[in-house]
Amino acid sequence: MRFVFKTSYVQDLGLFRDEVQRNWYVALLGGLLVLPLLVPTYLVDVSLVLIYGLAGLSLMVLAGYTGLVSLGHAAFLGIGAYAHVYFTQNLGLPWVVAVGLAAATTAVAGVLVGLPALRMTGVYLTIATLAFALIIQEIFVQWERVTGGLKGKAVDRPVIFGVPFSTDVAFYFLCVAVLMGGLWLTTNVLRSPTGRAWVAIRDSEIAAQSLGVNLAAYKTLAFAYSAALMGIAGALFAHKVGFLAPDIFSVLLSIQFLLMVVVGGLGSLHGAIFGAVFVAMLPVAISQARDSLPVWFGAAAGVFGKGAGDAVYLGVERLVKQPGLEPGIFGLILVLFILFEPLGIYGRWLKLRIFFSTFPLYKRATFKRQKAYMRSERLR
Amino acid sequence: MTAGGPSRYKRRTPQRERNHSLDIVLQLILNGLAVGCIYGLVALGFVLIYKATELVNFAQGDLLMLGAFVCYMFVVWYGVGYWVAFALAIAAVGLFGAALDATVLRRVIGQPQFAVVMLTIGLGAMFRSAASMTWGSEIYTLPTPFSARTSRVGGVSVSHEYVSIIVGTVLLCAILYAFFTYTRVGVAMQAASQNQLAAYYMGIPVKRMFSLIWAISAGVAAIAGVLLAPVSLIDINLGFIGLKAFAAAVLGGFGSIPGALVGGLTIGLIELGAGAYLPHGFKDVAAYVVLLAVLAVRPQGMFGTIGRKKV
Repeated sequence: MRFVFKTSYVQDLGLFRDEVQRNWYVALLGGLLVLPLLVPTYLVDVSLVLIYGLAGLSLMVLAGYTGLVSLGHAAFLGIGAYAHVYFTQNLGLPWVVAVGLAAATTAVAGVLVGLPALRMTGVYLTIATLAFALIIQEIFVQWERVTGGLKGKAVDRPVIFGVPFSTDVAFYFLCVAVLMGGLWLTTNVLRSPTGRAWVAIRDSEIAAQSLGVNLAAYKTLAFAYSAALMGIAGALFAHKVGFLAPDIFSVLLSIQFLLMVVVGGLGSLHGAIFGAVFVAMLPVAISQARDSLPVWFGAAAGVFGKGAGDAVYLGVERLVKQPGLEPGIFGLILVLFILFEPLGIYGRWLKLRIFFSTFPLYKRATFKRQKAYMRSERLR
Repeated sequence: MTAGGPSRYKRRTPQRERNHSLDIVLQLILNGLAVGCIYGLVALGFVLIYKATELVNFAQGDLLMLGAFVCYMFVVWYGVGYWVAFALAIAAVGLFGAALDATVLRRVIGQPQFAVVMLTIGLGAMFRSAASMTWGSEIYTLPTPFSARTSRVGGVSVSHEYVSIIVGTVLLCAILYAFFTYTRVGVAMQAASQNQLAAYYMGIPVKRMFSLIWAISAGVAAIAGVLLAPVSLIDINLGFIGLKAFAAAVLGGFGSIPGALVGGLTIGLIELGAGAYLPHGFKDVAAYVVLLAVLAVRPQGMFGTIGRKKV
């Protein structure tokens, strides 16, 4: 285990703990830069991972750090996407200005949701955001002048300062840059007094209030910040899908964002990124498995004769080609994570790291969950 | 459907026209009440579980879907009579609910509410997936003794399906009320939901009570599903009615049983009214607009009782 011996306050101000950690992140950045050479065919999927990462960051600030669970974040993504496309294509604004305005529009929407949400807690807030999202989705359908309604709206490739980002590789680097910017900003916001106030609200509203945290202001700020990040993600998302239709921004997408945050690990920015990788890559993995699993199992059973191999091949193929398998697998993974690893992938990663760094001395009790009794939420 | 529009009956007198529009309003109210009863029943399921265990069950709508499918399976595949199939569906889904509590949900009591919400969303997705594998993703109709029969009462044509929903709901509420007030088990359940620890001390088997509450709640969902089946068609997305029922439960104040029913009826009436009198597109969102408006004024819903903790 490495211990950092701190000799000056500058070390506390630094973004990384020590040189080793910084070098790992530099290596990760290097990996991202050469990725287009390694997986040219999957680059579009990787861009989606990065956009989902930004979305996960947004929901992580709200749900993971402030403790306000929103089931309506797909609506913010939609507002960002439609606003961005409207500003660039209908009004002809420059790309950077349009993204800024889209983020501002979404932030205003976030404040509008946040204001009545201030007095609500728990499930009331979740349902209120859900209701908001459903209303917004209907507005996307009806407001045809701006959104194109059910016919949808085609989106051009981004052109920034006169430079067209027309290839997949260029768009990938754009996503990398925006995600890095978002991560840098969020990391810094979270270790500022604002971020600490959010965490305090999450852990106990009453304690935070007694310590002088203005609940209304900080909750609204959390909504605005989260929504603005989502608006930027929405702008990129619009370019990624290339065609906006209202049914993209459904409740299911909101649930997918929540899944991302939970599976990644609540209360950590790493978790948002892990979750994004997981959620965006799982459909790709499932469709791969659909093609290859029957072949593998068939070949394995083929050891016992050709008849057995063919039978197993057909059986497995019938099983994996079932319609509706994918949401079931998503659900199963979600259930398993909540039951057995509430800290998500990031929690598992922490355990693994501590296991290796303290190798012969690792004890399971370090992460043992305390026995929990029913804590009433009727009183707050 | 608006009354007094450009009509072919030009020679109708104003008096008769008013009667005619009154009939339409009555018709709307009847249908709205029936739809509201379904929302109310599903919301009742949420509230029962929430009051007892403080778990928010997002899979309630999917239990409703399972109930409808099980009944359909018994009636159409195995040729069982409607009423027997109804009872079998309630029993099957009720047992399933109890098993769900005993195996999965008991483990998450005491964890943050958010974790439970996500868990039940995951379970709901699994149920939908399993249903589409078992019964296929087609759309089915359930033949019932009430199907496609109407009576005329005054000028209002009363569809038996809608009446069956309303009568079923009223009966069920009466039975549940009697059960929770007059039986030993019902009172024990109330005790367990009011104070878990004190109930343990009094010798009430709290875990078994919770499983029983899950069974009742799942059974209520199954009843709602079977009653809804003739009005709406059966498919794997039937469970999304749970979202509206959630709005109903929150509107009434989560944790209040009369609130759940009143919330359900309110949402049903608003929805049908908006569908008839407001421009296209309002039908689906009117309920949510009202929900947001009510929550902005009363954050704990109409009958809610969330107090602030005094330190």
